[in-house]
This record gives sequence, structure tokens and C-alpha cells, in this order.
Amino acid sequence: MVETNNISIEQIWTLLEAVKDPEIPVLSLVDLGMITGVSFVEEHVEIKMAPTFTGCPALAYMQKQIKTQIEKNTGITTQVLIDKETQWTSDNISVAGKEKLKKFGIAPPMKKACGISMQSLKYVPCPFCNSADTVLRSTFGSTLCRAMHYCNSCKQSFEQFKPI
Amino acid sequence: MENNIAIKELILKMADDALIIGHRNSEWTGIGPVLEEDIAFSSMSQDKIGHAWALYMILQEQFGEIDADTKAFNRTEKEFTCCHLVEYPIGEYDFSIMRHFLMDKAEYHRYDMLTQSSFIPLQHLAKKVKGEIKYHVMHAETWVEQLAKGNEESKARIQSALDYAYPIALSLFEKSENEEFLKNENIFGGEEALFNLWHEDVKKHIEHYGLKMPAVNDVTLHYGGRKGFHTEHLAPLLKEMTEVFALDPKAEW
Repeated sequence: MVETNNISIEQIWTLLEAVKDPEIPVLSLVDLGMITGVSFVEEHVEIKMAPTFTGCPALAYMQKQIKTQIEKNTGITTQVLIDKETQWTSDNISVAGKEKLKKFGIAPPMKKACGISMQSLKYVPCPFCNSADTVLRSTFGSTLCRAMHYCNSCKQSFEQFKPI
Repeated sequence: MENNIAIKELILKMADDALIIGHRNSEWTGIGPVLEEDIAFSSMSQDKIGHAWALYMILQEQFGEIDADTKAFNRTEKEFTCCHLVEYPIGEYDFSIMRHFLMDKAEYHRYDMLTQSSFIPLQHLAKKVKGEIKYHVMHAETWVEQLAKGNEESKARIQSALDYAYPIALSLFEKSENEEFLKNENIFGGEEALFNLWHEDVKKHIEHYGLKMPAVNDVTLHYGGRKGFHTEHLAPLLKEMTEVFALDPKAEW
């Protein structure tokens, strides 16, 4: 195992668990599957992350959060690179991540294999009451990654992290 | 590679199209006909500006060109290579919806072709962007269909928006003399191949919605954008878009 300052790769991953998505504060970047590589390069930590959406305005903020978190806790200079070779998809969100999303009140995305069409996007169970009697209001929502739905059973609007 | 010029030209026109339509459509923010539409156009604009940024980044990282902000906010009108379609004012909602339909169908097919590109940075970006554009296309299709199948007035208006926007949309496919290189090197299959895919797709949907495809006599009528010749609408847009940047170009954000 490669170690620098007696810090292991596993410890870096654990530290990353504390860096949350600024728009969904219950979810870490690790839960989202955005971290695509952690390594030691010449005594430095190099972390790669893949953006959820190309135009995500929180990208620079997240890079800074990661850098601060790792450097503060390990004292090792950290570089956070945008991984352009890996295309992030909503299938990257971990099972635990999907559960956290639901508890936060956002319906998790269905697997991409279910197809992405106006038809398939209509059927999203309500994260509050689990009812299947819901309607799609719009495929766009409060952030780039969310769609808006309405639950006919509990009469509440809710959002879904859309499959992409 | 001496023919980098062809790749740079392709990336720049794609980026400029995305930036200008992104800025244009953001004009719906706050005045959309219903809240959901206000949000949809704002989100799609944000996506487009993200795509422009990623494309300008490729120019910077692969070819040593200036950074994305300078590229977006500090060029003259003549240096922009966007097509005429993206320059027109937002007009009435029927025009904005129809332009969005025609433009995003072209973007979808362009990025789909580029997922096979031998120029790897563009191939990687295309794989990502294609998934985002898919949502734009679904949004456009939903509205064109809804208006086409609504009532007499909505049908007449969306048909007339199509008649007006279609010839302008052909400006998307203006060819470049450097295109052969892109085709030979499997970087991009060319504007004509793209037009054929687009036309077939657009025609299929338009007819399915019960609308009529317009006849076009001169496909080159709205050409010029790719060579820096623009409509009278671009200069005022650039002036507004760069207003804050121009106050202090060296400001740190």
C-alpha cells in the first residue's frame, strides 16, 4: 500500500465522505459516485472528479472543498482534477446515496437501462408516501439535475434526481 | 498538425452557437408563460453555457488558446462564428419553442456523430453532452406537439413559426472549406451528413404532429455566420452580454 505521511488511500476516501454536494447537503461526493480516482503522485494527493452536469455551477466550489478537507486533515498538498475521460451517469450514485436522497425528499433516479423518454420519466414513486399516483410537472427543476413531480396521494410537489 | 485549423473551427462554432443561444434563451428567465417553462428555459440556458465553456476549455487546453471567459466576453462581433439562427431575438413563445426544437435536434445529432470522433477530447465531451441535450429535445418535442395538437390558433401559430424559423435554421449547416480534413480523419462526418440526419428526424416529427414542412428555394439565404458575417441582432446582444465584464476585465470573482 502506498503511503505518504502515514496516510493511506483508504483514509483519503474516508475523509472525502465528509465533502457534501452543496445543493444536496446529505449526500457526499462519494455517494454520488463523482470521485473517479484517488492517488499519490510525487508526495501529493491527486483526486479526480467527474461533473454530474457539464454546466454545474458548483464545480469550482466542490474542488475547493475537497482540497481544503484533505489538506487540513493530512497536511498533504492536494490537487483536484476534473476527469473528462469518465462520463458521470446517475447510475454512479451508490445504493446508500439513493436511500439518502429519498430520505431528503428527492426521488432517486431509476436505472438508465429503464430508458429515458417522456413516457418512462412519468412514473416516479413519491419519496414522501411511496404512492405511484404521481405526475411529471416538468423535466427541469430547481437545479440542473432535478425534475419536478406532483403526488396525487399526499398532494405534495416533489423533485426527482433525473436519470442521465 | 497543420490542419488543427479545421478542428478549432468546428469547436469554436459549436461553442459560439451554445453561448449565444444560451444567452438568448436566458431572456425568458422571469417572463416565461408559466413557471415550469421559465425554469425549463433557464435550466437549458445554463446547460448551453456550460457546453460553451467546456468547448472553449478544449481550445485552451489542446491548442493553447485564451481562456473561456476572455473568449466569451472579449471578442469582436466579427470573431464570433455562431450561425444566424441563434442570434434572432426570442420573439413570441412560438418562435422560441420552434427554434429550440430545430436547434436542439441538430445539436443532438451533431453530438451523437461526435461520440465516434477520432479527436478524443471532443469524443469524451460529446458522450456527456448528448445525454443532457436529450432532455432539451424531449422538452421541445413535447411543446411542439402540444401546440400542434392544441386548438386552431395554436396550430396556426406553431406552423407559422416553423415556416419562419426553418430557413434560418439551415444556417446551422453552413459548410467550411476545411471540412474535408475532418471527414478524412474521422473527426466529424460533415455538415451535409448532419443535415441529412436532422432533416429526416425533423420531417418525421413535424408530419407526425400534423404540420407541414416548409419548402425552401435557397438554403444559403442565412449563411455567413460561420465566416463572421452576422445579423443586426448579434451586436446588441454582445454589448449587453459583455457589459459587466467590460467594466473591469481584470476583476477577480
